[in-house]
Formats: sequence, C-alpha cells, structure tokens
Amino acid sequence: METQIIKFYQTGSFAVGNRLLDESQRSVQANMRRSNSLNSGHRACQGCGEALGARYAIDAAMQATSNQLIAVNATGCLEVFSTPYPETSWQLPWIHSLFGNAAAVATGVAAAMRVKGRQDVRVIAQGGDGGTTDIGFGCLSGMFERNDDVLYICYDNEGYMNTGVQRSSATPPAARTSTTAAIGEEPGNGFGQGKFVPAIAMAHEIPYVATASVAYLRDLEAKVHRAMSLRGARYLHIFVPCPLGWGAASEDTIRLARLVVETGLFPLFEAEHGEVTGRYQIRHRVPVEEYLRLQKRYSHLLGKRPAVATIARIQAMAERNIRRYGLLGEEA
Amino acid sequence: MFQVRIHGRGGQGVVTGAEMLSIAAFLGGRHAQAVPSFGSERTGAPVVAFCRIDDHEIRLREPVMAPDALLIQDPTLLHQIDVFQGLGPDGYVLINTNRSFEDLGLGEFMAGFRRERLCTVPATELALKYVGRPVPNVPLLGAFAAISGLISLDAVIAAIREKFSGKVAEGNALAAGAAYNTALEAKKEATHA
Amino acid sequence: MLKQIEGSHAVAEAVSLCRPEVICAYPISPQTHIVEALGEMVKSGELDRCEFINVESEFAAMSVAIGASAAGARTYTATASQGLLFMAEAVYNAAGLGLPIVMTDANRAIGAPINIWNDHSDALSMRDSGWIQLFAETNQEALDLHILAFRLAEELSLPVMVCMDGFILTHAYERVDMPTQQQVDRFLPPYEPRQVLDPREPVSIGAMVGPEAFSEVRYLAHAKQLQALERIPVLAGEFSTIFGRESGRLVHRYRTEDAETVVIAMGSVMGTIKDVVDEMRASGVSIGALGICSYRPAPLAVIRETVKGARRVVVLEKSLAVGLGGILATDVRMALSGLHLHGYTVIAGLGGRPILKSSLHALFERAGRDELEHVTFLDLNWDVVNRVLERERTTRRSGSIAENVLRDVGVPTASGV
Repeated sequence: METQIIKFYQTGSFAVGNRLLDESQRSVQANMRRSNSLNSGHRACQGCGEALGARYAIDAAMQATSNQLIAVNATGCLEVFSTPYPETSWQLPWIHSLFGNAAAVATGVAAAMRVKGRQDVRVIAQGGDGGTTDIGFGCLSGMFERNDDVLYICYDNEGYMNTGVQRSSATPPAARTSTTAAIGEEPGNGFGQGKFVPAIAMAHEIPYVATASVAYLRDLEAKVHRAMSLRGARYLHIFVPCPLGWGAASEDTIRLARLVVETGLFPLFEAEHGEVTGRYQIRHRVPVEEYLRLQKRYSHLLGKRPAVATIARIQAMAERNIRRYGLLGEEA
Repeated sequence: MFQVRIHGRGGQGVVTGAEMLSIAAFLGGRHAQAVPSFGSERTGAPVVAFCRIDDHEIRLREPVMAPDALLIQDPTLLHQIDVFQGLGPDGYVLINTNRSFEDLGLGEFMAGFRRERLCTVPATELALKYVGRPVPNVPLLGAFAAISGLISLDAVIAAIREKFSGKVAEGNALAAGAAYNTALEAKKEATHA
Repeated sequence: MLKQIEGSHAVAEAVSLCRPEVICAYPISPQTHIVEALGEMVKSGELDRCEFINVESEFAAMSVAIGASAAGARTYTATASQGLLFMAEAVYNAAGLGLPIVMTDANRAIGAPINIWNDHSDALSMRDSGWIQLFAETNQEALDLHILAFRLAEELSLPVMVCMDGFILTHAYERVDMPTQQQVDRFLPPYEPRQVLDPREPVSIGAMVGPEAFSEVRYLAHAKQLQALERIPVLAGEFSTIFGRESGRLVHRYRTEDAETVVIAMGSVMGTIKDVVDEMRASGVSIGALGICSYRPAPLAVIRETVKGARRVVVLEKSLAVGLGGILATDVRMALSGLHLHGYTVIAGLGGRPILKSSLHALFERAGRDELEHVTFLDLNWDVVNRVLERERTTRRSGSIAENVLRDVGVPTASGV
C-alpha cells in the first residue's frame, strides 16, 4: 500500500489539526463525547491558559479512567473561577479545602478509596504554581515521598495571579510582578532564585514526572494518559500563560505556550523513577526575545535601550535547558 | 492509700517499674495509678515515677508528695537530690546497691526509720545475671513485694509477663524471685535483730 | 473487661473498636503513644480495613483526614500543642466543611518557651473553630468519649476533638473497663455521610461563599453546636444503657446540691478537686464541684442551673487569656449573667505545674471567706516574678525572661514541686 506522510500541524502556527484523522484517533478535546469536566460558564479571563490546561488534563484523565475520577483543588484562580456556589463548572466530584494542602487532601481521598475497595476510582490534585511550588510544597513532597496514588497537576502561570500578580517561586528571572517591580539595579524578579519543581519531583524518584504546555494538546493528553496508566505518586507540570498577569494579548496564549517551548525556556519531557525517558525536541528554534516581546512583564528589557545583558542571561537559561534535556530536534 | 515513689535514671526502667507495680496491684484486686514525672529526660538523667495503690478509685492527680515507700534504683542519686523528701518514719526504703545503708553513709539518717522496712538489694547485679542488662526495676519490685507484703511475688511475675515476653520475661521473673528471697531473708534478720 | 493499661493505649483500643478506616499520624508529645499503638494494630492486622498514613506535618495530618472523611471514610487523628496550632487552618476547614473527623488532643501547653507538659491552652485556642470539644476527667472517660465522639460527629456531620490531659492521663496507668466490639457496634452504626466525593454522584465541595450567604452558613454552624447540646445528653444516656456507666455528659456535678461554693474545672484536675471537696465537706464546708465535659458546645444553661443557688463560683482553669484573665471563666460568666454571686478565676497548672491538694484547700478556704482576687495565679512564685520585673526596670539588656526565671527558681525538688 502506498503511504503518504502527513504533517498534522499548520504551517506557521504549528497548531495541530485533527480533522484529517479518523475519529477514533482524534484528541480527547476533539472527541464529541469528551466529558467537559470543566464545563463552560466559568469565570476565567479571556485566553486563560489555566482553564484550558485544566480542561485538557481533566478531560484526558476522565477518559483514561472511564470517568472514575475525583479532583482535589488548591485555592487559587482555578478554584475561584470554576466554583462560585451554588454554581460549579466541574462535572466530576471535586473538593477544595485550602491553599496549601491539595496534595494531602488527595492522599486522604486515595486512602479512602483504597480502604473501600474502590481501586477503580482515581484521584488527581491540582493547583497553581503558588499552591504547588510555595505554600503547598511540604504536602506535595510528603505525598511524593510516600508514593501515594495521586496525580498532582500544577498549572504554572508563574505567579500569584488570583491575588493580583505577585511573585512566586515559579516566577522567572527579570519578570515584573506586583512584588518584583521593574525598577532598580536588577529590575523585575531576581536571577538565581526560584525552583523548578519537576526536577525536585524527579529527585523523589516517583513513578512519573512530566512537563506539558497548553500549546501541545496531544503531547499533554498523552502524558495524562501515561500518568493514569501508572499507580503511585505522579506529577504533571503544565505551562499555562496568564494574559492578565503577563500583560499579554488573550489571543496570544497558545502562541506564548508554544514559544516558551521553542525557545528552550520551558523543556517538555517525561521521567520515570527519576530518569528522563522522553523529551519534546524543538522543531523551530527561536530566540528568547520573540517570546519576551509579547509580554508587558518583560517590557523593561525591550524598550529603546534593550537590556542586552539581561536578555543574554535569559537566552543562556534556554541554552542550558536545551543542553540538559537534549531538546534540539532535527528540524530546529 | 499507699504511695510509692521510684527514683532512678533514664534507661533504668523507672517508669516501667511504676507501671508494673500498678499492674501487680491491679492483679491483686486493688486500684492503682502509675504515672511518670513527665520529663523529656534522656538516658542517664534523673527520673521519677509514682504509683498509688488503694481499695477504691484513685482520683488524686498530684505528684506523690509524701511517699509511703521509696524505690531508689540508683544510689548515686542520694547525693544529687533529696530523694527522701516527704518520707515518713513508717516509710519503706529500698535501694539498689550491694552495700549496706551504713556503707552508703545513711546509717545515722535511717536510724529514725523502722529497720525491717529498709532494704538494700543488688538489683543491678541480679538483672545482669538473669536478664543480661542492667535494669534494676524488676528486682526492686520483687524485693518490694517481700518487704511490704502489699503485692505478691506472683502478681509481680504476672505483671512482668504483661510487659515483656519470651526470654526477657523469664529472665526478669527469675530476677524478681531472687530479689524477693534476698529481701525476705534481710527482713527476717532485721525483725529478729 | 477490666484492664490496667496506659491511658494512650486505652484510647487506641477504643478508637480501634470504632472501626476507623483512615488514621493519619504525625508525632508530637504527649499524643504519640496513641498513634503508635494504632499503627501497630494496623500493621499486625488486628485493626483491618484501615489505612494508617505517616504524614509530614500536622497540617498534612488534618488535610489527609479532610480528604478521607470527604470521601466517606471514618477518620481519626491525634495531636497536641504546637501540632494543633500548626494544623489550625485545616482544623477550621474541617469544621467548615462539616466533616465528622475525630481527633484526640493530648492537652499540652503552647510555647514559647517550649514546654511539653500539660495545660489546656492548645484546645482552648481552637474553641471557635467549630469543633465539638469534649474534656475527659479520667482515662475511662477518655476512652468512652472517643466512642461517643464518632457517634456524635457522624450524626451531626461535625468534627469532634476529645481532649485529655497530656501525661497526667495519656501516660497514666490506671484501671479501665474496655468495652467489647459488640457493645461498640451496637452504639456506633456505620458512617453514612451527608455528602461524599463519589464519581457516581459528582458534587463540588468547599466552593466559595460570598457575603450574601456567609452569615447564614456560619449561623448554621452555630445551630449545629446547639443541636449537639441537646444530643450529647441523649447519646450519653444511650451510652450508659449499653456500656453500663456514665460518660460524656455535658457536665459532671459533684456534691453541688446546696453548695455555697461551686468549683468549676475541666479535665483530670476534677479528681483532685473531688478529693478536696470530700475533705472540706467532712469538716462542714458547703462546697461542690462542676466538671465541664462539653466545652464546645458550651452548656451555659446547665452551668447556670447548677450554680444559681450558690454564693460563689471558683473557675479553676489550666489556661490563660493573656491580657484578660480566664478563658473558661469568661465562658462561665456568660452563663452567670444576672446572677448575684461572687465569681473568681484561678489560673492553675500551666505548663504542667502540679495542682496540689494542699494548695486547693488553702485556695477554697480563702474563696469561702471571699478573700480571693478576681484573678488568682495558683502557687505563683512572686519572688521570682518580682525579681524579673525589677531586672527589666533596671537593665535594658535584661535577657530572656524564661532563662532568668529558671535561674532564679533553681534546682527542682524530688517530687517536681
């Protein structure tokens, strides 16, 4: 039989298409019978990356578990915009307890399911970067270390957006937030601070760690499926642009989520038991300015007198990621 | 109500001693309350535990201020703290040592007490011989049973078996029996003297 | 079955008889023996169908309990002192979510200065959290209250904290009557949640509530406590039918009929107080005692009814409202509003300071002559206090108060007093 290789992405935007595929091969999001776990009508901003990420991830997890899923949510944008009582966008059992305890609450839910013999019911915990990398970090590490049967999903928009765009330990260097003003000798967030939680998760040698970006739907869904095929503690860190917090246009959410990967600033990879088992290789490498330019939080670097040295340091971070995770693909 | 105060050092089984004494009293049909002196003491530090024995429910929760009996598991404490505080002239005193009260320099002091209620027992030696570890608490309980008659040796041995099992329990039971016999002999001598 | 065992072990056995499904544990003295024993029971298989989880903090302990309880599991944990404070946010959350978690608080002081010994500061700091708080006078009552607590918690969908004096009860060996599994099963039906995380019937739990409804939600939390006020005596009655003894009433009265002086207290100190009451009664003094078992909900009407004929009330509490006086005393004052009687507050037993019979005799005699100050600190060493105050007056760099006090106090005595 004659075969023809088709690229399932659009030239230029690299948006992945589905229409040419057989229905059974389409992404979960393209499936008419997707669960719409985070249903329409919620109060997220236009272009919210977190809403998109949550919808992708939970729908995929619902499909992977035949809808036998319980979600635990940390305090944050996602919690607030999805559930103003008496309304809720969640189409699955969902609980919000506190800002810093989602991982532990999920451990409790998982324990209850185990003791009740409901092994078919799976548990995910989710939160923003503040609830994950800062205030919820102790509970997260405890859940990892005990290898509790929970998939924790961090929606990383690089700051405390719910409270008005303050710095978190996931805020990148030089970014302006309301607590890292773009003034002084080192405007914006400092270099050499913060933490990359996927690497810390790997240090716990848990069964599965992956990073994803909302621009790479199929990759994201595949990682959720992989995660749900395993038992024990799993961690998925999803990059989700925040138009409001970053000073970016709503329509640029997917573009930013792609550029951050194509620059090398956010590596996409998978790891099992502490070892990298797969990486997304950059197809069309771009300099970091292209990514920075779309966001007002970096505007102090790109004015009439560009902060060349600072941009070079950010570029160096991208290079380091590319080296460390082996991100250069054939087409780059 | 009969009140016992046990003095010793962390690691000597002071608290366990008080607990076993309370179990022995309970097995003898009495009400008993054993409490440690609630410290965060480490091995070697002075430790105190209390045990009360009565025929009805014990409600009192204060430390034992006026003991009817003192069990001193480490004679070096005699020079450190006033272990005799609150002890009345009819009180019982048992000290873990292979020396006499006179040798310990207590001859004059103990003259005011009833001789047959005073007893020194080489409890550590007995423990080493029968248990293989320097834990003088159980032999002292055996000796206390002999001197006071308040609890039986059988009850002490039953209490040992509640707390320990296997070789440790059997070794401790033998140590308790040996201390019981030693103390009984000493008591006879003192009574006849 | 009668047993001579440690209070912590008695509680562990009682909890085990309640068939808990999830137990989370984080070590803190003096609560540790309870969860250690339960952990052993789970590992040995003696307590089956139960998950025992060693967590990384008290905050996580309560959070795991929240998740487990919300998913329909009967859930237990234990803590004390700093641990209770460290989990405070989750303590409030569990009550707000209406989750029937049962937790032991082995009552212990709160630092600084760090102190591992008993008082009631920890539990009372959570008095407004929405938890029901029951105080045990003896180890028998401590174990009984746990059985009652699960029943009450699940019936009302509210968490219950069983408070027992750290060390004084938790580490005391005394006689207890351990119920049988059949008795406990008769008293405690399986847990039927009011709402539960279940994929068959998805619900959203713990969402945001704005000003338009928050007051009503909070009032209903209060109303639930008022319901508990009615249910506790009923359940205690049922308890005594099945188990053959009185435990867990709202209050315990002791010789309060026609007593001129009523002493009010909570926890194990009631034992010592009863001994003093008997001795004073024997010498013709009209005195009685009222033990508060249900601190939250506060049994104001019962307190009022009990003391309305008295001439004076002495609230003896192991807690201090710094800058105010008494915490329990403030509650009692709510019950006494409009009654013309003398009210005295006595702060005693802080950080494990023994409450001596001799001190109580002297105290109650002074109270009988109405010679007490409004607030009295029992057995306070005024010499030491005044020396520190003087040092602070005269020296700027006067150093640590805690260290200076200990230097002035000197070496402790044989009995620790």
